[in-house]
Amino acid sequence: MPEIGTMINVRGLKRSFKTPKGVIEAVKNISFEVKRREIVGFLGPNGAGKSTVLKMLCTLLRPSDGEASIAGFDLLRDAKQVRRHIGYVSQSGSTSPEARAGDEIVWHAQLYGIDRNEAKERGKHLFDVLDLEGQWEQKCGSLSGGQRRRLDIAMGLIHQPELIFLDEPSTGLDPQSRANLWDHIRKLREDFDTTIFLTTHYMDEADALCDRLLIIDHGEIVGRGEAKTLKSQVAGDNIKLTLRDNRDTQKAALCSESIAIAQPIISGNLVQIMVKDGAASLPKLAAALNEGGVEAIGIEVSQPTLNDVFLSLTGRSLRD
Amino acid sequence: MKQYFGDSYVVFLRSMTLSLQNPIWVLVSIMQPILYLALFGPLLVQVAGVPGFPVGDSWQVFVPGILVQLAMFGSLFVGFGIVAEWRSGVIDRMLVSPASKNALITGRVMRDVIMLIVQSIILIGVAFLFGLRIGPGAIFASLVLVGLLGAAFSYFSYAAGLWLKSEDVLAPMINSIALPLMLLSGILLPMSLAPRWLQIVSDFNPIKHVVQALRSVFRGEYLNFETILGLFLALSVLSVAAIVGNLAIKSQAR
Repeated sequence: MPEIGTMINVRGLKRSFKTPKGVIEAVKNISFEVKRREIVGFLGPNGAGKSTVLKMLCTLLRPSDGEASIAGFDLLRDAKQVRRHIGYVSQSGSTSPEARAGDEIVWHAQLYGIDRNEAKERGKHLFDVLDLEGQWEQKCGSLSGGQRRRLDIAMGLIHQPELIFLDEPSTGLDPQSRANLWDHIRKLREDFDTTIFLTTHYMDEADALCDRLLIIDHGEIVGRGEAKTLKSQVAGDNIKLTLRDNRDTQKAALCSESIAIAQPIISGNLVQIMVKDGAASLPKLAAALNEGGVEAIGIEVSQPTLNDVFLSLTGRSLRD
Repeated sequence: MKQYFGDSYVVFLRSMTLSLQNPIWVLVSIMQPILYLALFGPLLVQVAGVPGFPVGDSWQVFVPGILVQLAMFGSLFVGFGIVAEWRSGVIDRMLVSPASKNALITGRVMRDVIMLIVQSIILIGVAFLFGLRIGPGAIFASLVLVGLLGAAFSYFSYAAGLWLKSEDVLAPMINSIALPLMLLSGILLPMSLAPRWLQIVSDFNPIKHVVQALRSVFRGEYLNFETILGLFLALSVLSVAAIVGNLAIKSQAR
């Protein structure tokens, strides 16, 4: 295996689907690179095209156009070599609920040409590393959500790939299991030197895990860089006002016009106002509200989040 | 080629183990042939005296039909299993491995065929208790024919499952194909009892010729036209089915 600095190199990747309503361009001309040992995340709302890109890079979906090299192999011409060198952990899981966890991982290893004894040894080691001790004989269906996701990751690592793709790794897990899963994912790089490429629609996941982010919306990359840099590019801070009822929100939004640097966002009895400098704007806002006869029952200043980054790039919230 | 067989064996081992670990599946599989024979056999024995009934002892006419029915209904429904496996991510996970794609289907078909052979042996054994008498050659030949047919139906069913990806669509589709195939195959009542036009229609049903081949094998006639035609058609149907099945699994990655 030649030592390569660039693990993923994608150039002009496109994918369209034919539907009865016409052709849908799910992925429009995407290019990016991922270096060895990086953890890079695709952040975007559901339906943005994240999973479609991931499936193309894992040889599950043929690109309509463009090219890519994965772990040094051409995605289209050398798909079999690509498959040998990547692990893929899909959103929908990887195991039959009726199968025993240990059996499933050994059979999976055998599909990579690994012999049974070696597979058992590697599988047991991965179970230890991923906190699955004692689950070897358990049926996959009886594991908890977090355990099953870690089993999926163990399955994806059994052939010791240099690169692993995680599709929405923490979806459906409770907060504790998520934090635990993130620890495990970070450790993969330390323990196995694995390069990790993941998709997520959770900004906290992107914040917690990724060295670098690619922000994707409507099949296009609209922003890229470290989370810190992206956030610092967002012009200002956020002031969140909580009001007594919905009638006050319009008035409050009107009052904030002089200091806001973007159109205030109203949701329920909340108004979100983007300002240049949170601390300096607060007294001005208070005065303006007073003048307008609006009484705020809560006021909160916050630094920009990845959601604000997404908002400033697309004009929409990640949660929409 | 070596990889194809190796991968098929792993997939076979996996699906066989999962099936055998399910006691209800094992019980149903064993009871099925016995129920067919016990509940339907006595009825057909009564019909055997009717003019136009094919030559041979009534059990020799009846058991081949039940064998083919077993092959059809056992194998046509395996597609449900693959829809469930697809839903749980197993199929995608295997497609991302370097394993031969064709092997992913073939290994599962191997499980189905072996299970069908075991069921067929049980069925023939129970039929002996009812009074069937055939030689070991006939048993072997009939297992070959049933195995070929079962493999073909399994391939078709997996292909349908992979394309439709929905149990709700798969069930009516299988029924609407299986029912005319079965009625026009002379399984339940021999086609020799049918009016002329129906007989002509049924001539286009390959299953009917396989049933007739089985019946002539059961009479101890191995090398007549019927047997050779049945074997040829069973092999042809299997070839088409295998191609369709392999296309279906390959179409999953595009």
